[in-house]
Amino acid sequence: MSDTTMKSIARRPDSAWVRLRRRKMALVGMALVILIFGASILAPWIAPYDPFEQHFDGLTLFGEPLPPGGEYLLGTDLLGRDLFSRLLYGARTSLIIGVVANGIALIIGTVVGLTAGFFQGWIGAVLMRFTDLMMAFPALLLAICLAAVFQPSLWIVAFVIAMVNWVQTARVIYTETTALTARDFIAAERTLGASTARILFKHILPHLVPTIIVWGTLGISTTVLLEATLSYLGVGVQPPTPSWGNIIFENQTYFQAAPWLVFFPGAAIVVLALAFNLVGDALRDVLDPTLRGSD
Amino acid sequence: MAGYMLRRLVQAALILLGVSLITFFLLYVLPADPVRQIAGRSATPQTVANIRAQLGLDQPFIVQYGRYMAGLLQGDMGRSYLQKTDVATLIAARLPASLLLMAAGIGAELVIGLTMGVIAALWRGRAVDSGLMMTSFVTVSAPQFVVALLLLYLFAVKLGWFPIGGYGTPAHLVLPALTLGILGSGWYARMMRSSMIEVLRADFIRTARAKGLTRRRVILRHAMPNAILPIIAMIGIDIGIFMGGIVIVEGVFGWPGIGQLAWQAIQRVDIPIIMGVTLVSACAIVLGNLLADLITPLINPRIRIR
Repeated sequence: MSDTTMKSIARRPDSAWVRLRRRKMALVGMALVILIFGASILAPWIAPYDPFEQHFDGLTLFGEPLPPGGEYLLGTDLLGRDLFSRLLYGARTSLIIGVVANGIALIIGTVVGLTAGFFQGWIGAVLMRFTDLMMAFPALLLAICLAAVFQPSLWIVAFVIAMVNWVQTARVIYTETTALTARDFIAAERTLGASTARILFKHILPHLVPTIIVWGTLGISTTVLLEATLSYLGVGVQPPTPSWGNIIFENQTYFQAAPWLVFFPGAAIVVLALAFNLVGDALRDVLDPTLRGSD
Repeated sequence: MAGYMLRRLVQAALILLGVSLITFFLLYVLPADPVRQIAGRSATPQTVANIRAQLGLDQPFIVQYGRYMAGLLQGDMGRSYLQKTDVATLIAARLPASLLLMAAGIGAELVIGLTMGVIAALWRGRAVDSGLMMTSFVTVSAPQFVVALLLLYLFAVKLGWFPIGGYGTPAHLVLPALTLGILGSGWYARMMRSSMIEVLRADFIRTARAKGLTRRRVILRHAMPNAILPIIAMIGIDIGIFMGGIVIVEGVFGWPGIGQLAWQAIQRVDIPIIMGVTLVSACAIVLGNLLADLITPLINPRIRIR
């Protein structure tokens, strides 16, 4: 007990935010995240054209898409639509899926991990064996299969991704909850007669918040990549709704002659995934309780 | 050790049983109807019913699953609805190509990733280090199809160094393997970097230096082999990741492996093939993880088996 008192007297370490700001990579990542969020929200005002409009002058006389530069900043696609405008609106699709699918996955993962870790016993065993089982599933194959059959809409795609992506979070939350539940302060709470709900929500969950934030951020990256892959295969978000993956899907037959139709959306996907990975990784270093001890 | 092995094997078998049950169930409840695919659009209800009965698809779930599992235990994975061939035969014909690609991909990612990691560790804190670590972030943030299409465009279309797709010669293998290699290299680079930094601090490295060995010899003979050890176990986990992503890379490069087989089967709702490939992939994942768990204590005796 005296140990804890000593620590609280010691100099208070810098807050997570201050430590985060010191990391160059994290700042780059955050700037990119803000940029992409901004672009997607402001898409109707930034986009030079309607993303669905097929421009008559958007194709050459031979019906080929226009290269970047000129009137259409990043060129046009096979149907003569402005690629830049489609990319801006595509950012919305990616972010909606990223936030929704990842949000669902995070909730499922947290509930499963928390329940299994706190109650242990047969509930914990069943939940964790099920998680192990999901780990052995070829995730992409499963997602493709589900998406291919369910006439995919934006929400179905988000749901499918969530079904595949909660597993990792569940494992991490489980490990941490198990460790937390065994700590003295939880035993103390129990002795004081605190209810299970109080212990869970007042004492365990707050300790899990950093982990949830870290995995939530990294998870957006995974989610965005999975959405792009499904859409690239034609079983994700369906055209004409623009998604960076389905822009490549729609145009890949023409890819040798019009490589920009693959490279620009491809680069957009990489930048978005990279941004969240950079922020998530920095957050892990800053927030992870197992690493904080050395701070 | 024997007890532990046995326990892990039983566990692996149970996991595979679970995977088979869930996959079978998902395919059973799916709204897509394979019979429609087989019979075609113009088939009469009578024909559809006949085909359904012939395939045993009119039976309850438990009966269908029981039949499938009974067959599976005898090595029978059922027959493809559309190709009229045994699924086991189809998979056996495609598996070597996928395994070859996987082996080449793992080789590529080890060479790229470990080299990046060692260089970053040796120049720790310099521009090279941060450049390489940034690169490693980019590789883990790139979707497989983008890297595949990029390599295809650059080295096959523009430069013409490698064939655009297909199978047969070593040249066909380069781009697909490089795609997998580049994507997987990021994790290895980061792991190798931290492992190498840790080893370089160790006493035996100081001793080696004090003996007057050249820097080159200290790094290549003393530091690197020790730094690589903890990373070897990762290869097992990688097998699973490869199995998941193989659909894409095989599709882009027209590589005739089980990924392509699965993709064609999904589009045609050829359920026995989907089921077969899922099980083979799950087997690979489980075996890979098992391998990783069994290798780790051999390499690092500090981690004891419970």
